[in-house]
Amino acid sequence: MKRSFPLVFAFIVGFLVLLAEFIPHRPFSQLISTLENWFMIIAGFAILLGQISLIRVNSRIISNKEHDWQYHLAGMISFALMLIVGVLWGMREAPGILGKGEDIALWMGMKPFDYLFTYAYMPLSATVFSLLAFFIASAAYRAFIIRGFESNLLMITAVIVIIGRTSIGSMLTGWLPESWSFWHIPNLADFIMEYPNTAAQRAIMISAGLGIIGSSLRIILGIERSYLGGDK
Amino acid sequence: MKHCLIFFFAMICFSSLSAENISLIDVPWDDGKALELHWDLPFMPDSVSLSISDPEGNLIPTQIELGQTGRLQISDLNPDFEYRATLTAYKDNIPFRYQTTGQAREQWFYLHKSAFLILLLLICIAIIYYITAAKRGKDFFIRRISGLDSMEEAIGRATEKGKPILFVPGIGDLDDIQTIASLTILSHLAQRSAEYNTELIVPCRFSMVLSAAREVVKEAYMKVGRLDAYKPDSVFYLTDDQFGYVAGIDGIMLREQPAANFFLGSFYAESLILAETGHSTGAIQTAGTAQAHQLPFFVVSCDYTLIGEELFAASAYLSRDPQQLGSLKGHDFGKLLVILLIIAGVILEIAGISNLKDFIAGALS
Repeated sequence: MKRSFPLVFAFIVGFLVLLAEFIPHRPFSQLISTLENWFMIIAGFAILLGQISLIRVNSRIISNKEHDWQYHLAGMISFALMLIVGVLWGMREAPGILGKGEDIALWMGMKPFDYLFTYAYMPLSATVFSLLAFFIASAAYRAFIIRGFESNLLMITAVIVIIGRTSIGSMLTGWLPESWSFWHIPNLADFIMEYPNTAAQRAIMISAGLGIIGSSLRIILGIERSYLGGDK
Repeated sequence: MKHCLIFFFAMICFSSLSAENISLIDVPWDDGKALELHWDLPFMPDSVSLSISDPEGNLIPTQIELGQTGRLQISDLNPDFEYRATLTAYKDNIPFRYQTTGQAREQWFYLHKSAFLILLLLICIAIIYYITAAKRGKDFFIRRISGLDSMEEAIGRATEKGKPILFVPGIGDLDDIQTIASLTILSHLAQRSAEYNTELIVPCRFSMVLSAAREVVKEAYMKVGRLDAYKPDSVFYLTDDQFGYVAGIDGIMLREQPAANFFLGSFYAESLILAETGHSTGAIQTAGTAQAHQLPFFVVSCDYTLIGEELFAASAYLSRDPQQLGSLKGHDFGKLLVILLIIAGVILEIAGISNLKDFIAGALS
């Protein structure tokens, strides 16, 4: 029963969603959005599970004074601070239990939650994102080291696209006559991006689509059960 | 007197409602949320204005182009309401008003999805056929997927070094099929880590994923009879925030120095940040996603990459269950079908016949 109920449920819901994709008439037309709303409601309740997990794991590390426990303490303080100011004064237009916090907003320029979000959270998030620029450089260096024919081809293609996307590309081959415009580096870069690159990406997307169909069918038919924790 | 005559003439024109010149037609084969306005005026107007209103008099925002004839699709309507369209055409500052009513009807089939349905049915029938054939004992050849074969190697290395395994189920929620595929792989990985008594770390971005991942890992430990070794805190929630999640995982990789990292699921801008940090720690890295734009990053920074379909085939491949392996043959049939359609489409387009393209495009529009 414990295993068969989810399987039957998955079959019915999966089949109905599949039908709803092709039937525009009610109730099928509203089925997908209804199920999405249900998912949102369940996810809303499940947030509590995440918070419990967060507090439990961090509390254990802090109380046992495990390695780098100070960072976990900083994380917990940040969590508590955002929670408290959010509950007390709310965020944006939403009021908190102490009202809309006009006085404190007048003093800080905005509500405390919004202030922390704008001046603490956003810069931190942007900092992590900005690491991407450095990681792209290091990854590109490794990818473009010439080892064989394929990596040689990759490097030549990449150089054409990189140069073609900058003004240097236009400058280098701008003198070419109109009849040779295909060999103009920006045009060459466009060609690479538009044809070989798009073709390869579409091939991956088609194969992924087929994989999704197969995977979904295995789940709907109950052949794939490992997402429930086991095969039997 | 002259002004009176003009006013009288204008009033006649203004009130001369001609339903034949304008019609509000239901858009066929849809969900009853669209109507199409057709107009064919007896003269070329200097300017036109249109108002569409529901029975309560609420106006629907529309924009009409000037023309003696034309058609305009009005969307986001309610199939329960009858809508009134009023087209006012001005000629020499004299308004001519045309009115009509129409109601959108819900249909029982999206005709433009016919090609999609046919393709889906063909692929599903093929998958079911191969599953049935596998059930009867037919043996199918499945090509090796090195990214999945390396899983044993990665777990073995982590066991030898006495270091944990890090499994990242992507940044998608549980409604993403890539996350489901990731959890099916986690099930196999957790079984192996339980057998080898190797620590498994699973940080989750969403509470729903946390809940499912915990269940999957617990069941896996139970299956191999090592429930005592299962630590509920090994599967934990980090944060819903994308880059906060990345920063948290980067921290785990640098502090715990896992011997093997698995990035399987849905990934976006964070893919390279994760993979490069993992690479810097010297861990064996296996990644897999169906996000075509993120695959190059994983290919560069990881030892093994599951490309697109391989992520979804992983569970079947790892389980070695003949039925599931049979379904992979169905994928191959789908690929063959797509290849044949592409070839046929190219030949027909060269020959100037675009029926096949139009039929398939209807499914994609």
